[in-house]
Amino acid sequence: MINDTFASYALTTRKLTLAYEGKVVIDSLDLAIPTGKITVLVGPNGCGKSTLLKGLGRLLKPKHGVVYLGCDSIAKLSTKAIAKRLGLLPQGPTAPEGLTVRDLVAQGRYPHQGWLQQWSKEDEKQVNWALSITQMQEFAHCALDNLSGGQRQRAWIAMTLAQDTDILLLDEPTTYLDLAHQMEVLDLLYDLNQEQSRTIVMVLHDLNQACRYGDYLVALKDGIVYKQGYPNQVMTETMVQDVFGLESQIVSDPVAGTPLCIPIGRKISIKAPIR
Amino acid sequence: MSTISRQRPSLRSTIPLGLGLILGLGLLLVCFMASVGLGVADISLKTVYEALTAFDGSTDQLIIRTVRIPRSITALLVGGAVAVAGAMMQGLTRNPLADPGILGINAGAALAVVGSVFWLGTTSLSIYAGFALLGAAIAAITVYALGSLGRGGLTPLNLTIAGAAFTALVSSITTGVLILSQRTLEEIRFWLAGSVAGRDLDLVVQVLPYLVVGMVIALAIGKQLTTLSLGEDIAQGLGQNTAWIKVAAAVSIILLAGGSVAIAGPISFIGLIVPHIVRFWVGVDYRWILPYAAIAGATLLLVADIGARLIIQPQELPVGLVMPLLGAPFFIYLTRWQVRR
Repeated sequence: MINDTFASYALTTRKLTLAYEGKVVIDSLDLAIPTGKITVLVGPNGCGKSTLLKGLGRLLKPKHGVVYLGCDSIAKLSTKAIAKRLGLLPQGPTAPEGLTVRDLVAQGRYPHQGWLQQWSKEDEKQVNWALSITQMQEFAHCALDNLSGGQRQRAWIAMTLAQDTDILLLDEPTTYLDLAHQMEVLDLLYDLNQEQSRTIVMVLHDLNQACRYGDYLVALKDGIVYKQGYPNQVMTETMVQDVFGLESQIVSDPVAGTPLCIPIGRKISIKAPIR
Repeated sequence: MSTISRQRPSLRSTIPLGLGLILGLGLLLVCFMASVGLGVADISLKTVYEALTAFDGSTDQLIIRTVRIPRSITALLVGGAVAVAGAMMQGLTRNPLADPGILGINAGAALAVVGSVFWLGTTSLSIYAGFALLGAAIAAITVYALGSLGRGGLTPLNLTIAGAAFTALVSSITTGVLILSQRTLEEIRFWLAGSVAGRDLDLVVQVLPYLVVGMVIALAIGKQLTTLSLGEDIAQGLGQNTAWIKVAAAVSIILLAGGSVAIAGPISFIGLIVPHIVRFWVGVDYRWILPYAAIAGATLLLVADIGARLIIQPQELPVGLVMPLLGAPFFIYLTRWQVRR
C-alpha cells in the first residue's frame, strides 16, 4: 500500500518530529507532497513552516520519523545525491559582496561537479537556460548587491533552477518584495510548474496568493497539520479563526475564482463602494 | 575615477587571472631579492649571487647566508601563510574583519609561549615554536568546541563570539603573567611584537611541513569555500557536506596560522588586509583568492620587513610593529575608495 502512494508523491513524511534546541517544533507529522504540483505551507509565525521546509530539505535532522524523497529515505541518501533531485532556497539568502549574477547561478551546478571536474557543456547550458527563464541574462554580469530586491530574488531562484532538480523548496520567496515583484516571482514559479512540471513546495505569508498559486494548501498550527487539501477546502472562515485567531470572511476572488480572505479587523467604517 | 561601476572578473576568466598570478610571482621574486640585498649593511646583488654560488666566507657573504636569506624566507612563508589563513577565516565566519587572531590562535600561542618562559624558563626560539604551535592548536580546538555549543551549532556568529571571548580571557592571563614577572616580559618582548629577524633556517625547516600541508589543504578546498561563503543552508542545499569542509578549513588554519605564529610571533594585520586587497582584484572565488593571498601576503611582509630595517637606521623595528603602520592608512584608503565606488 505504501509503495503505491510513494509513486505519486515527491516527498512524504512518516511520524516526522523536528526539534530545535530540544524544543519540539513539528510533532509526529504525516504529510505527502504530490508530484508535479505546487504545495503551499501556510500558518502563523512560529507554527513550524520554515522548520518543516528545512526538515523536508534535510537541512534539519529529524528527531524521530522519516522523510522520503520519492521511495528513498532521505537519511540514507548522500547530501549530493539529494541535491541532484531537490533544490532549496532558504529565507532571505545573502551573497558575498561583489558576486555577479552569473557566478551565483553557476554555483547551482555544484552538485553536478566533482573535486577536479571542470565546467562542462551541460553546466553552461543549464546556467544559460536558468538565466534566460528568469530573465536575468541582461544582468548576468552585474553584482548582486547592485540589483533590486526582485531581481536579486530572481537570481537566487535561477541558481536553484541551474541545479536542475525536479523538486524545489522555497521559504517565503516573496518576502521583502513589493506587490508587483511578488507577482512576478510567483508567476515565474507557476510557469516552471506548468511547463516543466516541477514539484514546488513553498512557504507563503499571503493567504490569497497561497490560494491563487497553490494546487494544495497545508495549514499548520503549533507544529501539526490543521488541515490540508485544495485551497477551497482548506481556506475557510473556521480555519482562519482557528489557525490565525483572526475573524474573516471568505469570498470568491473576482479575478481567479479562488478563495479570497478578507480579514475583519476592529476598525470598520462603511464607506461607499468603489464603482 | 570613471563613473562606470567596476566590473568584477567572472569566476571563469581563467586566463587573465592566471597571468596575474604569474606576474605576482615575478613581483614576489623581485621583493625577495631586494629583501636579501637591502639592509643596514649595503650589499650588492653580485655579492648576493656569489654568496649562493661561490661562497668565500667574507663578512658580506656570511650576512647574506646566515642573516638575510633566513630572514627573507621567514617573511615569505609567514606572510603567505597568515594571509591565506585570514582569507579562509573571513570566508568561514562570513565576517570581513576576521583574521587568525579571531579564532584565538594568536592569543593561545602567546599564552603558551609566555607560560613556558614563566614556568619552565624557556629561552630558545625553537622551543617557543613548539609551544606556540601547541597553544595555537589548543586555542582553535577550544574555540571550535565552544562555538558549536552555542545556539544553532557552529554558526559564523557563534564561532566569532567564542573566539572573541577566548581571546579576551587568554590575553588577560597573558598580561597578568607579564605584569607579575619582569623577567618573562624582558625575555619575550620581541617575540610578542612579531618579528622575522634572527630566525635560523633550522627553525624554519622544522615548521615548514605544517605550513606546506596547511597550504595544500587550503588550495584544495577553494571551490568548496566559495560555495560555503553563500551561507551554510545554501551550501548544504547544493549538496556540500559543510561540517567536513569546516573541519578541513580549521585544520588548515591551525597549521598555517599556528605555524606562522610559531616562527615569527603574532604578526597582525596581514591576515586582515591582504584578503581584502586580493578580493578587490580577483572577486569572490576562493580558488583565486587563496593563491593570490599567498603571493600578496608574502610580498607585503617582505616589503614591510625591508621597511622595518630601513626606517630608523641603524636601529631595527620588529616587522609586527611596522606592518600596521604601513597597512592601516592603506586599508582606510581602500575601504573608503570602495565605499565611494
